[in-house]
Amino acid sequence: MKQQFVNNAASSVPRVRFGSWGGYLPWIIAIIVVAVLPLILKSSHSVSMLSQMGIAIVFALSYNMLLGQGGMLSFGHAVYFGLGGFFAIHALNMVGDGRLSIPLELIPLVGALGGLLFAIPFGWVSTKRSGTSFAMISLGLGELVAASSLMFTGFFGGEGGISGNRVTDITLLPYSYGPAIEVYYLIAAWAVISAALMYLLTQTPLGRMANAVRDNPERAEFVGYNPRLVRFFQFSLAGLFAGVAGGLYAISYELLTAENLGAVASGTVLLATFIGGVGYFFGPILGAMLITYLQTTLSTFSEAWILYFGLIFVFIVMFAPQGLAGIIMLHRPAWKAGLMSRLLPSYALAVIPVLLFLGGVVALIEMGYHFRTNYDPSEPMGLFGMKVVVTQVMPWIVAVAVTLVGAVLCRLSFRRINAAWADVDAILAGEKR
Amino acid sequence: MLELITFSIINGVLYGMLLFMLSSGLTLIFSMMGVLNFAHASFYMLGAYFAYQISTFIGFWPALFLAPLGVAVLGALVERYGLRHVHKHGHVAELLFTFGLVYVIEELVHMIWGRMPVDYRIPDALNFTLFTLFNTSFPAYRGFMLLVALVMFASIYLILRKTRIGMIVQASLSYPEMVGALGHNVPRVFMGVFAFGTGLAGLAGVIAGNYFITEPGMAWAMGPIVFVVVVFGGLGSLPGALIGSLIIGIVQTVSVAMPYSLADALRAFGVELTREAALADLWFLELSRVAPILPYLLLVLMLIFRPRGLMGTRES
Repeated sequence: MKQQFVNNAASSVPRVRFGSWGGYLPWIIAIIVVAVLPLILKSSHSVSMLSQMGIAIVFALSYNMLLGQGGMLSFGHAVYFGLGGFFAIHALNMVGDGRLSIPLELIPLVGALGGLLFAIPFGWVSTKRSGTSFAMISLGLGELVAASSLMFTGFFGGEGGISGNRVTDITLLPYSYGPAIEVYYLIAAWAVISAALMYLLTQTPLGRMANAVRDNPERAEFVGYNPRLVRFFQFSLAGLFAGVAGGLYAISYELLTAENLGAVASGTVLLATFIGGVGYFFGPILGAMLITYLQTTLSTFSEAWILYFGLIFVFIVMFAPQGLAGIIMLHRPAWKAGLMSRLLPSYALAVIPVLLFLGGVVALIEMGYHFRTNYDPSEPMGLFGMKVVVTQVMPWIVAVAVTLVGAVLCRLSFRRINAAWADVDAILAGEKR
Repeated sequence: MLELITFSIINGVLYGMLLFMLSSGLTLIFSMMGVLNFAHASFYMLGAYFAYQISTFIGFWPALFLAPLGVAVLGALVERYGLRHVHKHGHVAELLFTFGLVYVIEELVHMIWGRMPVDYRIPDALNFTLFTLFNTSFPAYRGFMLLVALVMFASIYLILRKTRIGMIVQASLSYPEMVGALGHNVPRVFMGVFAFGTGLAGLAGVIAGNYFITEPGMAWAMGPIVFVVVVFGGLGSLPGALIGSLIIGIVQTVSVAMPYSLADALRAFGVELTREAALADLWFLELSRVAPILPYLLLVLMLIFRPRGLMGTRES
């Protein structure tokens, strides 16, 4: 049983790679994009979304240190994010009172310390086990901390949480960090630094051994490493970076509640990381950006966004366990060999069927929500630029028909994609010209 | 005091039996397929909602049979068209699949029945007082819940131990390849077990939904506790699940009724603490308020000192 689990984990999660065509190039591009983006997306809504993305990226990358690099499926990672955040917000308040003197730019370090402080004892307990047991311990610890947070009101502030004020007069740089854009650049700087540090960690012996322990703990032990210790160090460092993310959250929102360390937050980071792709370093970055975008944008015009979120996740688990990053990297050999031209026509053919199918499903879900949650279901609703009255039968028939036709066409067009891939694979393997 | 303890224990046993209805299915599924079904409590919630919907049409008694059946059919479909495809990616992927399912089911429930609790009531035939002890009345519906749970426990035991189906299930547990080689359709056995396990969760939902509240949050409220029970009792052990359910049920129910804190305990030894003492939050925390975390504390302690659980046979 154990052996089977290990082998499966090994085959399903490849070595962590940074999907790059040249060592530093992606980093330089990333820094430029991060610096320029708020100049293009100027509205306050998009700046706050970008800040949120930065926080989510650090959090998701720290989560991937567990799941992707260490093979540890945790259901309680938000504990370290939340505790780091609470430490940071208390530090912020103490700076405000004059009891402490830490520049605002370094407050995330307090968060890191808070995350690490709790990751050490909790990690010591939970890294004893791996696989399913580890997952269950993390769930238990997560629930334990989440439930205690409502009990110890002095530190956690009860239902209302702890609020603070990030404008403290003590800063390294001549900024007040009152305006959202200044906070964005602070978060961006911390996100880039943390991402770089986490990437460098994958290159260290510890990062390599974490991969080895994930793939085959027995062999790692034969080489002379204690798998449990490797997991423990990896876990503690993941807690540290989660704490950084929590500290950034404290600065950005100036409010922390028990929700920040609860099961929903832990579940969201798991979903984001997995959708992005656990096998590649940039996977969680993609996932965090996508999920934050969905959370902030989709949730304003659809009540069903959590359903879409769950459906995307289930779809990824079933059909693309390597996540979005895996789908992208799948094309790398074909791209390098200049064979994309053989794939693209079949993709183009699939566009319309996929859109039909998705459109049908979305229509059904949106109509269902409208029917159930609206005060007056017979009131017309806007759907793809049309006015639809959901109490009539016709829209439902049309939506079901579109979904079914889309599904059939998808099946047919995916056959072509598979054929095109078989062709490309054969050429790559040198069996065919 | 005697009254409080007696009723706490009776209610604890009742809650424990309810937990067992969920944990038995979870354990069966886990020991057969190696899948920890994260969505198990979601099927419990679906059982309650199905029963509510059916009882508005044809009453509670048909719902008692039809709702678990409906949940079992849904479980079978999930296994056939979902889990079976994920199986090749390993157990972590299976766990993640059922985790995603939690979100999907919860949102579908939002969509179909709305976000507010539904009016799912105890049938009139069972809405009377069974007996009165020390001035506290004991509702007949609780007796009915206990009865259903006991009948279910007895039938699982008999099916697994005395029937041919039970023997095949037990054999597939230990030697799936051999059972397959003997001509049994192991995937179909898996599907049956998954359907059966989710059906049991559905049955628990039918009888608990009207006793507690039927609302979309009930899956999240129940799910982690069931996991605690299964891991505490020992993964893959049915007797372990029973003992674990009873212990967790009693511990949680009894502690809720105990308004004592560490400070009170120290006072009995002559140590007087004030509200200004260091860590006052901790000393004056009443046991009744700690009740929600006790199961998780027990779980963590168990995993540290006896990782395979009370009666478990395997390590992970």
